[in-house]
Amino acid sequence: MSILNSKIPEGPISQKWSNHKEKIKVVSPNNKRKLEVIVIGTGLAGASAAASLSELGYNVKAFCYQDSPRRAHSIAAQGGINAAKNYQNDNDSVYRLFYDTVKGGDYRSRESNVYRLAEVSPNIIDQCVAQGVPFAREYGGLLSNRSFGGVLVSRTFYARGQTGQQLLLGAYSALNRQIAEGGVKMYTRHEMIDLVTIDGKARGIIARDMVTGEVKRFGAHAVVIASGGYTNVYFLSTNAMGCNVSASWVCYKKGAFFANPCYVQIHPTCIPVHGSQQSKLTLMSESLRNDGRVWTPKKKEDAEKLRKGIIGPNDITDTDRDFYLERRYPSYGNLVPRDVASRAAKERCDAGFGVNSEGKAVFLDFKYSIERLGRHTIEKRYGNLFQMYEKITDVDPYTQPMQIYPAIHYAMGGTWVDYNLMTTIPGLYAIGEANFSDHGANRLGASALMQGLADGYFVLPYTIGDYLANEIMVPKIDTNRPEFIEAENNVVARLENLFNIKGKTPVDHFHKKLGQIMWDNVGMARNAEGLTKAIKEIQELRKEFYKDLLVPGEMKNVNPELEKAGRVADFIELGELLARDALNRNESCGGHFREESATEEGEAKRDDVNYAYVAAWEFKGIDSEPVLHKEDLFFETIQLTQRSYK
Amino acid sequence: MSNFLSASIGRKVFMSLTGLFLISFLLIHLTLNLFLIFDDSGNLFNQAAHFMATNPMIRIVEPILALGFIIHIIWSGWITLENMKARPQGYASGDKLLKWWEPSKNMFILGGMIFIFLVLHILNFWVKMKITGDPLLDQANGTGEEMHNAYALVSNLFINNPLYDIIYMIGGIFVGLHITHGFWSAFQTIGLSNINWMKRLKFVANLIGFVFAIGFSSIPLYFLIKF
Amino acid sequence: MADKILNKIYVKVWRQNSPKAKGRFETYTVENVSQGTSFLEMIDILNDQLILGGKDPIAFDNDCREGICGMCSLYVNGHAHGPDTMATTCQLHMRKFNEGQTITVEPWRVGAFPVIKDLMVDRTAFEKIQQAGGFVSVNTGGVPDGNAIPILQDDAEEAMDAAACIGCGACAATCKNSSAMLFLAAKVSQFAKLPQGQVEAKRRAKAMVAKMDELGFGGCTNTGACELACPKSISIAHIARLNREYLKAKIAD
Repeated sequence: MSILNSKIPEGPISQKWSNHKEKIKVVSPNNKRKLEVIVIGTGLAGASAAASLSELGYNVKAFCYQDSPRRAHSIAAQGGINAAKNYQNDNDSVYRLFYDTVKGGDYRSRESNVYRLAEVSPNIIDQCVAQGVPFAREYGGLLSNRSFGGVLVSRTFYARGQTGQQLLLGAYSALNRQIAEGGVKMYTRHEMIDLVTIDGKARGIIARDMVTGEVKRFGAHAVVIASGGYTNVYFLSTNAMGCNVSASWVCYKKGAFFANPCYVQIHPTCIPVHGSQQSKLTLMSESLRNDGRVWTPKKKEDAEKLRKGIIGPNDITDTDRDFYLERRYPSYGNLVPRDVASRAAKERCDAGFGVNSEGKAVFLDFKYSIERLGRHTIEKRYGNLFQMYEKITDVDPYTQPMQIYPAIHYAMGGTWVDYNLMTTIPGLYAIGEANFSDHGANRLGASALMQGLADGYFVLPYTIGDYLANEIMVPKIDTNRPEFIEAENNVVARLENLFNIKGKTPVDHFHKKLGQIMWDNVGMARNAEGLTKAIKEIQELRKEFYKDLLVPGEMKNVNPELEKAGRVADFIELGELLARDALNRNESCGGHFREESATEEGEAKRDDVNYAYVAAWEFKGIDSEPVLHKEDLFFETIQLTQRSYK
Repeated sequence: MSNFLSASIGRKVFMSLTGLFLISFLLIHLTLNLFLIFDDSGNLFNQAAHFMATNPMIRIVEPILALGFIIHIIWSGWITLENMKARPQGYASGDKLLKWWEPSKNMFILGGMIFIFLVLHILNFWVKMKITGDPLLDQANGTGEEMHNAYALVSNLFINNPLYDIIYMIGGIFVGLHITHGFWSAFQTIGLSNINWMKRLKFVANLIGFVFAIGFSSIPLYFLIKF
Repeated sequence: MADKILNKIYVKVWRQNSPKAKGRFETYTVENVSQGTSFLEMIDILNDQLILGGKDPIAFDNDCREGICGMCSLYVNGHAHGPDTMATTCQLHMRKFNEGQTITVEPWRVGAFPVIKDLMVDRTAFEKIQQAGGFVSVNTGGVPDGNAIPILQDDAEEAMDAAACIGCGACAATCKNSSAMLFLAAKVSQFAKLPQGQVEAKRRAKAMVAKMDELGFGGCTNTGACELACPKSISIAHIARLNREYLKAKIAD
C-alpha cells in the first residue's frame, strides 16, 4: 500500500463529487474573514481561484512575476475551451467528455478527477459569459462551437483565435474587482523563492520584490501554487520567457511530491527553430491541420537540394511528395493526435528528409485546399495565422508551403495532489497546469483552459474549506517566527551564493545547454541509454553552473539575470528528475515515447500491467536519489484499450 | 454633472460644441463674403453686410458667437497645457507615425495662427465698422440707401495690399485645415460616430475644409488678380 | 528563406539605473545579426555581449514573445513597438532594418508610466484604471446558462474587436497627449456591446474616466495615432462609444 492517499470519495463515479461536497467541511463567513490564503500565479487557475476565494470572504494575497496579472501565459492559448454543454445536440455528455479525456490521456490519469472536471465544465462557460467574455456566436445569438482533434463531437467554445486571452481577461476582471474591494492584495513583479512550513503545514512564502530586490516574508493559513508548467526546462518551448518551475520546485524540496515529470506535450505545428539565437518557439494553431497537408520529399536528393536552397518546394511534383501522415495513418491522416504527428515528423527528419537548412522541418501545404476551396475561404479561416507566419518567416503561405516542426508545449506532469487538490504538504495546494491530475500522459486540445478554470472557480474554493475549517483557531500567521526568519536567511544566502560565483558564463548559456541535453535525450523519443547519459550530463552541468555562473548587476535592483539564475538552477534539478522519471517508465504512453516499448511498425506500446500508476517523487536531498512512490490507477468506469489511429 | 467641466472628456465636449457652432458661423460668413467676388459693384455684399449689422436676431447671436470663440480658445489652451503635462519627457527619436503636417497633430498651432489672424481680421474690419469708423465706409455705395460701404473697405485692403492678400489666403487655408480635423473630431467627441460613420464624417470634414480653404482664400486671390 | 546578415548595426539605448537616477543614451555596436532574428533576440545578443564584457545588461520587459501578453514595450526609431504595423516589439524582426543603421530604443514616455530601469516602465496606472470598473460585478456561481441571453453576432464580434486589447500601453506611449483613452475605450466598449456589461455601464464609464484623469494621463484629441500604433488595430470608433457612454452617464446625473 502506497503512502499516497488520493482521498477519492466513495460511490459511483457520477456521484463522487456531489457526495464529497456534502461531506466536506465549510468555513463560516465570519471565520473566513480571519483566514488568509496565498495564491502564486495569476493565470487562469490562479486568477480564478484568487477572485473566487476573495468573493467567499477569505483574505487573499496573490503573486505574479509579471507587471500585471493579465500577462500570465494562459493568455497565449489560441484554440478554445471544452465543455460538455451538448448545445449542438450531437450526443455530447459529461460522460463522453470524461471518456475522451481519459482516453486522450492514454489511461494515465485519475478517473475521479477527470470526471469532476467534465462535470463542472458547463459551469465554466456560464461563468465566463456572465463576466462578459465575448465568445463566438451564431446568427441566432447563441454560442457557437467548433470541433477539435481526438473527439467526435463539437464542444469547443472559442473567442476567435484568442480564447485563452479572453478567458484570462474574464478571470482578471473578477480579480480586479476583488482587488478594488480589498479582498485581494495583489503583488505584481514578485517572485516566490521559498515555501515556509510550520509544524509540517504550509504557512507562508518568501518572495523577492523584482523591482527593489528586497526579500520579503508573507504568512497565510494556506498556500496555493498556480504557477503553471515547467516546459522551459527545454529552453526552447512555446512557453513565455519567464515561465518557470521554481514555485513548484521549492515545494518539492520542502516535501511536496512531484508526479509524472516525464509527461510533456510536444506540439506538432510550430514554426521551426531558426539559427542559434532563437529565444522561443511560436505555435501555429492545431486547426491548420484541418486543411493543410503535411509532406516531405520522397527522394533524399530533393531534400538535400531544398536544404541548400537550390530548389523550392513548388519545384517538387506531387508524385515526388511523401504525404507521410496520410500514408501511415490512412483513417486519421493529417488529423492524428499531437503526439503521433510529432513523432512522425521527427522520424522523417531523422531519416534525412527534413526541408529547412537545419534539416528540421516538414511542409504543411495549403495548395490543395486553396485549389479545392479557393483562396478566399482559406483566408477567412486562417488569415490571421497566415499573417503571423509571414511576419516571422517572411514567406507567404498562400503561395509557398509552411514549414513546421514539433516543439515542447505543455506539462501534463506536476506537483502531486489528492482529490482535494492538496499536495503532500498539508495546507499546500496545486492547481491548473502546476498539478498533475487531469491529463494523464497526453492532453487533448482545448482542455488546459478547462482544467485551469475548473480548479480555480469550482473545485478549490470548495475543497480548501475542508482544510481551513480546522484552522479557524489559528491566529494571523506571525512572520517573525523563527521558521520565517530561517527561510528568509536561506533565500538570501542562496541568492548571494548565485550572485557571488562570479564565473565567466552568463546564465542563458547554461539554460541553452540544458535545453539541448533535454531535447536530444529526453525529447520526442527516449531510450535507457540516452536517459542515463542525460542524467550524468545534467549532473555535470549543475556542477559547472555553480562554478562558472556569471550574474551581473546588483542584488538590490531590477536584475533579470539573477532571476533567471534562480530559475535555471531549479530547471537543472528538475531536468534530472524528468530524465529519471522517463528512465523509470519503460513504456510508451501519450507524450512519453520509449523506443524500447514500440510495436513492430514503430508505434507507441503501453504497458498497463507494470506502469498503470502515477509516479510521485519524493525529494531526499540534492545529492541523493529521490524516492519513487506509486499511486496505482484504477479504471473502474473505462476499459483500457490500445490507442490506434491507423 | 459634477466635475464634468474639468474631466478630460467634459473639456473636449466644450471644444466640440463650440467648434461645431463656429463652423456653422463660418459657413454663413463664407456665403456672404463670396458676394464680394460675384458682384464687382459691391451692392450685394453691402446689402448683406447691412442686413447682418442691423437684423435683431443677428445682434443677439453676436455676443454668443464671441463667447463661442472665447470658450473655444481658452479651453484649447487649457487642454493643451494639461495634455503636455502628461508627458514630462519626450522621445529623442520623435514621432514617425503621423506626418509632421497632419492637422490632427497641429490643431493648437493651427488654432493659434488662426487666432492671430482673427485679431488682425477684427482690427481690419470689425473695429473700423463698429468702433472707429473709416472714411471708406462712408463712400457713396451707389444704391442710394443709407448704409456702410463695407465693400469699399474690403476691396481697398485687398487691392492695395498684396501682403494682406497673402495673409488672408494663408488664413483661409489654415481655417480649412483646422476644420478637416475639427469637424469629424467634434462628432467623435460627443460620441456621434462609429466605424461606418467615421468614414463619412471624415469625408464631409475634408469637403468642408476644402470648401472653406478655397472659398476664403479665393476672395483675396480674386482681388489680387483682377485688380 | 535565407535571411541576409547585417554585418554591423548601432543600437542607441536609454540607460537609467533606477527610477530616480538620471538617464542617458548609450550607443552599442552589434555585429552579425541575421535579418530573421527578432528585435528582442537582437537585444538578447547585445545583452550577452554586455554581460561578457563585464557590463550591466539592458533591462526590458518581455515575456510571451508571440504578441499577446502585452509585456514588451519599446519605442523604436520613432514608433511604439517599432516600424512594423500590427505588431508588438517581440514580433518585430530585423528585416525592418538596414546595414549600418542606428536604431534608437527608448522606454514608453508617459508621465503616468515612470521608468523603473532602462527600458522598463511601471504600468500600474493601467491596473488601477481596470480596477476602477473594468469588470462585470458577478460572483462565481449562480449565473444563468450561457445561452440564456442571446447576443447578436455582430455585437459579439464588435465586443471581441475591443476585447483584443493586450494592455501594452502603446496607445498612451504614441499619443502626443499620453492619453489612455483607447485602452479605456476598449474595455468600456466591450462591455457596452454586451447585455451582461450594460447593467453597470454608467458607473463603469464614469469611474474609469475619473481614474484615468486622476492618474495624469492626457485627454484624447482624436489624432488616431493610437489605432495605428495598436498591435491589435483597435479602432478609435470605440473611443466614440466611450464618449457616448460617458456623456449618457453624466447627463443622467
